[in-house]
Amino acid sequence: MYTTEMHEGVHAETITMTGANGDSINAYLARPLGEGRFPAVVLAHHMPGWDAWYREVTFKFALHGYVTISPNLFFRAGHGTPEDVAAKVRADGGMPDDQVVGDLAGALNYVRALSYVNGKVGIFGTCSGGRHAYLAACRAPGFDALVDCWGGNVVMRPDQLSPKTPVAPIDYTKDLPCPILGLFGNDDTTPSPEQVNLHEAELKKYGKNYEFHRYDGAGHGFFYYHRPMYRQAQAVDGWEKVFAFLEKYLI
Amino acid sequence: MCTMIAEKIKIEGSGKGTNGWFALDQADVSYDHPFNAPYQYALNIDFVNESLGPSARVAVELSDSAARELVRTILSALEQAEAGGHLPKK
Repeated sequence: MYTTEMHEGVHAETITMTGANGDSINAYLARPLGEGRFPAVVLAHHMPGWDAWYREVTFKFALHGYVTISPNLFFRAGHGTPEDVAAKVRADGGMPDDQVVGDLAGALNYVRALSYVNGKVGIFGTCSGGRHAYLAACRAPGFDALVDCWGGNVVMRPDQLSPKTPVAPIDYTKDLPCPILGLFGNDDTTPSPEQVNLHEAELKKYGKNYEFHRYDGAGHGFFYYHRPMYRQAQAVDGWEKVFAFLEKYLI
Repeated sequence: MCTMIAEKIKIEGSGKGTNGWFALDQADVSYDHPFNAPYQYALNIDFVNESLGPSARVAVELSDSAARELVRTILSALEQAEAGGHLPKK
């Protein structure tokens, strides 16, 4: 817990890391200053892109004591404003799941190799990033905790599968190696409460360590303070749950 | 990408972006999260020229009712133009 007599600092900058297929991609890395070794968190950004909110959240996690890396999952779409790049990715139907998992695994490897990381690494994502975080935790060995915030399309109908998204993430549930925290709004449609029920049932079926919280009066993206879907009380409570969960499993 | 509703069409015309006018060759239509419009989902149209990079984009984000009214209005204008003999003969 921060108290006002403390000295604190965060170093944050853009770095280059190795992602899927050995590709070099950029990422935003923030780390707490000071002695000792810190736990780490990989962030899977949302559909609106590698945007200011994600850079702020990268910094926020670092402020809470986590070495945090947010890889630019849209790197291969070219460069421009985050919105322009994300619009191109949206038009192309999103990124291939295999590529995203490879990029997130690359981020995991990057932070694990840092001398000031304590060896524990979590993964956090919102919106499509929640889905990608779930996929990465199931498919890329080594994550110690997973936070899925309103990840859509974890549950998918067969007609929603495509060459880019060939397997519904829920079908990897048996492989999930770490505890999961899920935060959802009951007014959301992606995922709907019924889909969250199916997801929870699958976690229960395989005896996974899970903690789901469902908020009334909230829909999708209720952490996004710059969007009308922001819900203050639910967001404050949700962030408290995120940091309590990570502290439990990464420190 | 949350809804997975996205389509592309080839078009001809011009669009005015942040760096002035450029030739358009594609319209990307999606019903998904907007960047700015105050809705969870919007009908998004990006008029683009991919050969010029991601920044060659003219964007609109519309409510579903606005999008439907826009479609009706475009068709109405084209019908009036056709009736007036203003469209090129095919």
